[in-house]
Amino acid sequence: MKEKLILHIIPPIIAVVASFVVGGIFIFAVGQSPFHIYGVMFSGALGSAYGWGQIIFKMTPLIFTGLAVAFAFRGGLFNIGAEGQLYIGAMLTTIAGYYLRSLPGVILVPLCVLAGFIGGALWASLPAILKARLGVHEVINTIMMNFIAYALISYFLVNHFSVPETVHTPEISTNAYLPRLSLIIPAFASSPANFSFLLALVALYLFWYIIFKTRLGYEIRAVGLNKDASRYAGISVPRITFLALSIAGGFAGLVGTNFVMGYKHYFEEGFSLGVGFMGIAVALLGQNHPAGILLASFLFGVLSHGGLVINTYIPKELVDILQAIVIIFMVVFDTVLRDLITAKRKRLARGDGVS
Amino acid sequence: MGLVKVVFSVSMLAQTIRISTPYVFAALGGVFSERGGVVNVALEGIMLQGAFCAVVGAYYTGNGWVGVLAAIIGGALMALIHGIVSIKYRTNQIISGIALNLLAVGLTKFFLKLIFQSSSNSSRIEGIPSIKLPLVSSIPIVNLFLEYPLILLALVSVILSQIVIFRTKFGLHLRAVGENPEAACTLGINVFRTRYLGVILSGVLAGLGGAWLTLDQHQFTDGISGGRGFIALAAMIFGRWNPTGASLACLLFGFADALQLQLQSIGTTIPTQFVQMIPYLVTMIALAGGIGRAIPPAADGVPYVKE
Repeated sequence: MKEKLILHIIPPIIAVVASFVVGGIFIFAVGQSPFHIYGVMFSGALGSAYGWGQIIFKMTPLIFTGLAVAFAFRGGLFNIGAEGQLYIGAMLTTIAGYYLRSLPGVILVPLCVLAGFIGGALWASLPAILKARLGVHEVINTIMMNFIAYALISYFLVNHFSVPETVHTPEISTNAYLPRLSLIIPAFASSPANFSFLLALVALYLFWYIIFKTRLGYEIRAVGLNKDASRYAGISVPRITFLALSIAGGFAGLVGTNFVMGYKHYFEEGFSLGVGFMGIAVALLGQNHPAGILLASFLFGVLSHGGLVINTYIPKELVDILQAIVIIFMVVFDTVLRDLITAKRKRLARGDGVS
Repeated sequence: MGLVKVVFSVSMLAQTIRISTPYVFAALGGVFSERGGVVNVALEGIMLQGAFCAVVGAYYTGNGWVGVLAAIIGGALMALIHGIVSIKYRTNQIISGIALNLLAVGLTKFFLKLIFQSSSNSSRIEGIPSIKLPLVSSIPIVNLFLEYPLILLALVSVILSQIVIFRTKFGLHLRAVGENPEAACTLGINVFRTRYLGVILSGVLAGLGGAWLTLDQHQFTDGISGGRGFIALAAMIFGRWNPTGASLACLLFGFADALQLQLQSIGTTIPTQFVQMIPYLVTMIALAGGIGRAIPPAADGVPYVKE
């Protein structure tokens, strides 16, 4: 148990620290002071209620996509398709919010959320079926489905649904709006943080509940750990594969609640800014656990907002570089630590460890 | 009638070849990496990096060929990171690839601002001068290869790749470590070194694909690779991990792009977005077995652990 905890907590911490060190060297190399830049970044991001509001707004979609990657990963599946899934989900949320405008908020808001979930789940279900029935690797298919989603949404937007001369849809009904967080925490005034964040917290809890407390979650984890053993234990591997990837897509489909229902109130081409791919980093750093995902998305939220704060001194893309380095260090340290433990075990088994 | 005439015209063929060139470079890169057993979804990022390096090289020297060299080095270095992370540290190769794609986006934007003080594009650079030969330069299509020497290089790369992979000892070793590294190791093949070479070659080739983009447009624009690395990945799969097959798939996808541009210009009712989907759809169909199943090398994506 202790070893397991170490394996899960040490690599992310080392990875984050190491990437900040490398980032610091990088900052120094382009003629700036790392201490100054990092100081400005963290004080700017964390030093005001507005900054925290921005962080919450930016981490909300990352929680959803992190969950989308982690849920599939628990079932031994790699979901690179969160970007496409969130696109389709957000579009369905918008369609529901626009066309069902006459419904009252108590019905319309849940319906829009549900539409997002269904959109994402549907988009993921095709690679899910192909994997479950034909054994086609989900990685390539989910990547391809991202591009198909872009093209499909672009077609729909340009030809049927956009406000003329723009790349966004008309606004959804005010009944479908999610209130700003400033409604309950006045200090967040003027930040776009909204109730979608609370929905993200609910999603984190649901993830934990499904994965660790239900039969379905147990079966997903079993299939993720060992397909053959699961099959012998009477678990339908194709069924679990299908469900794991589809539900994962559903989580990604909820990203639109933050932007569409809580912020701009319309769907805009390119609104996601690549959070689908960042979800991979979040799930990885968070070790596919809800608590880890919450922490990881917070870190990336801080970086994301922090980038804007430092932009007057150094190009804000520094944080993109930092994020990429975190991912690389994370997977490398994971291997290094596992090797160290294996080597230690071998030494102990040979008896050298005693002396 | 007009459409048919457009589709089967010399200019359409020329446009198809030009659009396909970066796909061909990157897809060949993918073949070298994956034949050796290392999945490379970083083609997109490597291309982007190569494109930027090409601009920097050409900008500081005023010579397009120095840009090409810079792109080769930049691409190889990116691929080397992928190699170290996924071969030495046996990590998940998809994660490594995605991280490199993010890294390339960050690095190119960062240095675009530092070097060219712009968030959208670089300064204008020299391209590659065309080769002038009497008589030959007036033959349609053939003149294309002289006008754009990188297209000639792409053609040469296809032929060389086919020979290297299927007719040389290195190619045999590469395929062996991609299919069954344990057996290859037993036969005395250095699995790690062979895989590293495959990955670095993929970086060189994908970098060249990037160089084509900037040298052809005479500048770097933010995100210039525009998903081409993923189209190349699709072409590699559709072409069955075979240099010639992958290149033919690139021509097919390039034709779809050219067709889309033509459709826009003559204003037909076929939505261009559906033409855009073609590469991705046919790849999915191919993987599902719709057109004879596409099967990757057996050890593709599996890290090798030496016993």
